[in-house]
Amino acid sequence: MTTFLGMPATAPRGVGHLRGDQTFPRAARDALQNSQLRRNLRHATTTIRGKSGRVIAELPDWQLLRDAGSGIKTDVMSRLPELLEQLEERVVAVGGVVHWAADANEANTIVTELVKATGSDRVIKVKSMATQEIGLNEALEAAGITPVETDLAELIVQLGDDKPSHILVPAIHRNRSEIREIFLRAMPGVDPALTDDPPVLAAAARRYLRETFLSTRVAVSGANFAIAETGTLGVVESEGNGRMCLTLPDTLITVMGIEKVLPSWRDLEVFLQLLPRASTGERMNPYTTMWTGVTPGDGPQNFHLVLLDNGRSAVLADTVGRSALHCIRCSACLNVCPVYERTGGHSYGSVYPGPIGAVLSPQLTGVADNASLPFASSLCGACFDACPVKIDIPSLLVHLRNQVPHAAVEKAAMAAAARIMDSPRWYASAQRAAKMARIAGRRGRGLPPPLSGWTAGRDLPEFPKQTFRDWWAQRTDAPAATRASGSSGGPSGSSGGAAAASGGPSAGSGDRSEAPDGTRSEREDGR
Amino acid sequence: MSSRDLILGRVRAALRDAPVVPEAPRDYRPAGTNRVDLEMLVDRLVDYKAEVYRVTSAEVAATVSGLVGAGGAVLVPPGLPEEWRPEGAFADENLPPDRIAAADAVLTAAAVAVAETGTIVLDASPDQGRRIITLLPDVHVIVLRPAQVVASVPDAIARLDPTRPLTWISGPSATSDIELNRVEGVHGPRHLHVLLLTD
Ligand code: SF4
Repeated sequence: MTTFLGMPATAPRGVGHLRGDQTFPRAARDALQNSQLRRNLRHATTTIRGKSGRVIAELPDWQLLRDAGSGIKTDVMSRLPELLEQLEERVVAVGGVVHWAADANEANTIVTELVKATGSDRVIKVKSMATQEIGLNEALEAAGITPVETDLAELIVQLGDDKPSHILVPAIHRNRSEIREIFLRAMPGVDPALTDDPPVLAAAARRYLRETFLSTRVAVSGANFAIAETGTLGVVESEGNGRMCLTLPDTLITVMGIEKVLPSWRDLEVFLQLLPRASTGERMNPYTTMWTGVTPGDGPQNFHLVLLDNGRSAVLADTVGRSALHCIRCSACLNVCPVYERTGGHSYGSVYPGPIGAVLSPQLTGVADNASLPFASSLCGACFDACPVKIDIPSLLVHLRNQVPHAAVEKAAMAAAARIMDSPRWYASAQRAAKMARIAGRRGRGLPPPLSGWTAGRDLPEFPKQTFRDWWAQRTDAPAATRASGSSGGPSGSSGGAAAASGGPSAGSGDRSEAPDGTRSEREDGR
Repeated sequence: MSSRDLILGRVRAALRDAPVVPEAPRDYRPAGTNRVDLEMLVDRLVDYKAEVYRVTSAEVAATVSGLVGAGGAVLVPPGLPEEWRPEGAFADENLPPDRIAAADAVLTAAAVAVAETGTIVLDASPDQGRRIITLLPDVHVIVLRPAQVVASVPDAIARLDPTRPLTWISGPSATSDIELNRVEGVHGPRHLHVLLLTD
């Protein structure tokens, strides 16, 4: 197949943070050893879940808002080109400059050049998933520009030379004494008598960043939404660092995934109710800043909007998978996920952890590059129930599992297993062999190579002491048992049902005292 | 080919199945559904660690002076009603950030308040001023007229003009980044006082 230029494309390798160094099972195994991490996570996710449940219960129309949110997002995806063109037209009309970035590399280049053009060697940053996704900080640093994260959690992560582990609270894996140590080690000018009291730590960050806010002329942000109808952009936050970045500098550069566009101003009445309640469990987050182009005399006088694809068009091309683009990054699905709660965000290897990460990252990168993520779920469905825009994450996971390329060995093993299970006699002997293996002391949780890869991520169930067939044979009379194992004519390759019908003595005879046992068990085994 | 054409081409190619999508259902409570409940607003503001005072217009200036303390430097936007200004208030005439940050408090009006969420929205009108003036001082005092209070988020959206710079404020600055303990005031104003007018 030839690729033509307008073909949807996945996010490029070698840049950004969508791929981990390890598979999920391997990374998760390390995380599971860390009881401190599990304690931090359990406390955090339980707290947010409780708060969120309480404020959601205050709204009598929560489910109707979810329906509206889901419907609006589906509509957005179906007419994304026209909405993006409208957004561009509006933003330009109100004094902004719009850039289009096909992938992470292009977005990084655009932003770096824009910052260089201002003459500044430092930018202040509002917490943004999009800029983490593309690895903007690394690109800026490579160009000699210092990016300063201003969200407290992002600052903790940045000073700690760490990676974010949660969409909403990136330093959720750290406790107060760890944060204190990070500040003492890496925050210039910090008071050496710093305690680990949260207000004291927050005050230290405030002091540290104040001067930077007031003296930096360029800010980089993401956006929670952009309104096509009006050209309005918005950032939702808590600390006021967002307002600082969005208001104080001369130049504001906003990097936004193309899926964040909303058709009309009115749509905000839905998302401003859904997002805070699902996300932080608040009726409204402390601050939301909205701006429409530039306002003379108020706020940045140069505004650049970078519209980012970086794999989104590929997600959109999958008629099932595209609903992952409805995500408003509230992180509710992380907080209810039993897998996330135990493994933490780093295990997912991508800036998008948890259930949404398990469906979004593999789609953005191509499933082959994140093949273990669709399996990082118990399919319990809690994420679907929690999602304010009703993304059916469990169905998406199953959909993606079917696209995962399986290793050749695993494929061969599966094919062999299918053939064995297709044939009653082979199946019976395989069961006996398994029993032998157990008796021989080879029991345990894994299979020997070359199948060890398959069992590395799965527990091999222990075989029962007795197979069903053996048990059945013992409890019925001997002739039936003999017939059962000798009747079905070997590995014909036909279906179990057909084999049973041809080989079974009298399936339709009504002679229930003898016949049904062998026939029926073969039929069940053979499916 | 420009990246713009490339991306739009990719997105169009991705939508080759030409999905037909019904209009989004909007059966939730629209603007105009609920009665305005001032008690609810006060309750929610207090819940968010804002302090609420019910005063007449004539009492605004004295109340602010009381909050800030004698000799406190109170910054006001140029269009703030004269009668609200406490003694010694200074107006923002394009002041540099350090002058703004040096104020003990800033006193503004508001555009809209949402009872259900305890949110006050500023739209940079002359009685609210540039966004920067409510950002740097540690104390923000907002005078709210009852007529500006709406019941819900849809009511607020219906009233606001998106072409103005908007700041939605719900309680003072807060973070929950350290073990999810809510800490008031990281970067924004650490204290929010709301003067709800009774006349
Ligand atoms: S998938 Fe849904 S629940 Fe998860 S972060 Fe996105 S919007 Fe929130």
